[in-house]
Amino acid sequence: MEFLSYLLTGISLGSVYAIIALGYTMVYGIAKMLNFAHGDVIMVGGYVVFIGMNQIGLPPILAIIVAMGVCTLLGIVIERVAYKPLRGASSLAVLITAIGVSYLLQNMALLIWGSTPKSFPSVVSIPKITVGTLSISGETIVTIVVAALIMVGLTFFINKTKIGHAMQAVAEDKGAAQLMGINVDVTISITFAIGSALAAIAGALLCSSYPLLQPTTGAMPGIKAFVAAVFGGIGSVPGAMVGGILLGIIESLSKAYISTQLSDAVVFSVLIVVLLVKPTGLLGKKIHEKV
Amino acid sequence: MANMLHVENLRVDYGAIKAVKGISFDVNEGEIVTLIGANGAGKTTILHALSALHRATEGTISFCGQDITKMEAHKIIRLGLAQVPEGRRVFAGLTVQQNLEMGAYTRVDSPAEIQKDYEQIYQWLPRLKERQKQQAGTLSGGEQQMLAIGRALMSKPKMLLLDEPSMGLSPLLVKEIFKIIQQVNRTGVTILLVEQNAKMALEIANRAYVLETGLIKMQGDAQELANNIEVRKAYLGC
Repeated sequence: MEFLSYLLTGISLGSVYAIIALGYTMVYGIAKMLNFAHGDVIMVGGYVVFIGMNQIGLPPILAIIVAMGVCTLLGIVIERVAYKPLRGASSLAVLITAIGVSYLLQNMALLIWGSTPKSFPSVVSIPKITVGTLSISGETIVTIVVAALIMVGLTFFINKTKIGHAMQAVAEDKGAAQLMGINVDVTISITFAIGSALAAIAGALLCSSYPLLQPTTGAMPGIKAFVAAVFGGIGSVPGAMVGGILLGIIESLSKAYISTQLSDAVVFSVLIVVLLVKPTGLLGKKIHEKV
Repeated sequence: MANMLHVENLRVDYGAIKAVKGISFDVNEGEIVTLIGANGAGKTTILHALSALHRATEGTISFCGQDITKMEAHKIIRLGLAQVPEGRRVFAGLTVQQNLEMGAYTRVDSPAEIQKDYEQIYQWLPRLKERQKQQAGTLSGGEQQMLAIGRALMSKPKMLLLDEPSMGLSPLLVKEIFKIIQQVNRTGVTILLVEQNAKMALEIANRAYVLETGLIKMQGDAQELANNIEVRKAYLGC
């Protein structure tokens, strides 16, 4: 029973990682860049939900929708202002810019909301469920369900819609996509918009389970979701889902059975091992070109 | 014959490299025109400039009387100028059908019309029909070339640019592809064909331009050029 409880906590935490990792992996797939500011968009989403609920008195769902709107806009603006001018520049320049944007967001949050951690009100109001000695919190259930819905919805969107196919086309070959009449800039914007809207949801779920909100709240989950994306195979959407959930389980179980302090070390060791053994990640594939 | 594509004094640079050094040429409605020349003559660069995948440094390009020199790539296709790029560049992760759908990306007419055109393509290229649900990356080189042509045709272009469609294909397949190109032309699509396989290209073309290191060296009737002693020596190996 104890194990089951740790496992569920892990799946729930992993679901949040997976939602964040989806943003990382989609942006990487299409723009071939690592958006290290992605984690901080989560933090912004968290603050918007917090303000919406605590100061304006919005119901949780509405607060999350507003946060999704704000983060979508933020994601598009970041891409247009910081990354678009660097398209075609060396990937190192883009990487450094992304780190710069990350610090910019953190420090802007520090200026606007201060450094005192806010205690986040849970967006979940369903009570915990008790099965025998196993008790599952409402947050855990909602997180897992929401993540599952997002994964199904996103998979449908990418594989069944015209825009989804256009995104795959741009990810594979920007030049050929342009020859089809696909507007590459717009497609990249849509990708950032989706990733950032998901980050807002992740922010609300994360802060509901771990209710301490401060400007650096998004940094660590952001990095871990990046590890999850690499673990699953960066650029692969199913990979981000699998990688995220596995990473959450690994973290939760190592907290339980190894050591709380060492759990992060275990998580990052996973990254090192994956990079050594299978650099393309679990579901990442090398594309063989046929001539 | 109305003028369809007019290129005037086109220059294209890749950084410090001057790939195309000021060329002018025309393609008229209904024609098959070919640009032939050795590797590095600037053929692909010219096609990239026409579709705005790479910006011209100087000169003007007009299509159906409209200046498209500074137009964005995704808008040019909407005017009816499609390209089958070098190396086919089909979307390997998408299925054959999805690739054709991408070709129809700009279409705004009714789904029934578009469906009719898919059928038309499959009728023309029955091998694609068999592989409709297969990922394009699993097709053979010849099938990928057919898919690339079918994909470009799905945009209902007025003019088709083809970049080295014979590359890497067996002589038998090259013949088949060239037959398809002639068929496409007969349906009223103007063709600009870039080829290293000068013999085949001159056989099906009306007019030809011979390119050498970024400049047009010779031009004229395709038949006459095929009989020209210099062309025969340099490009036809006889």
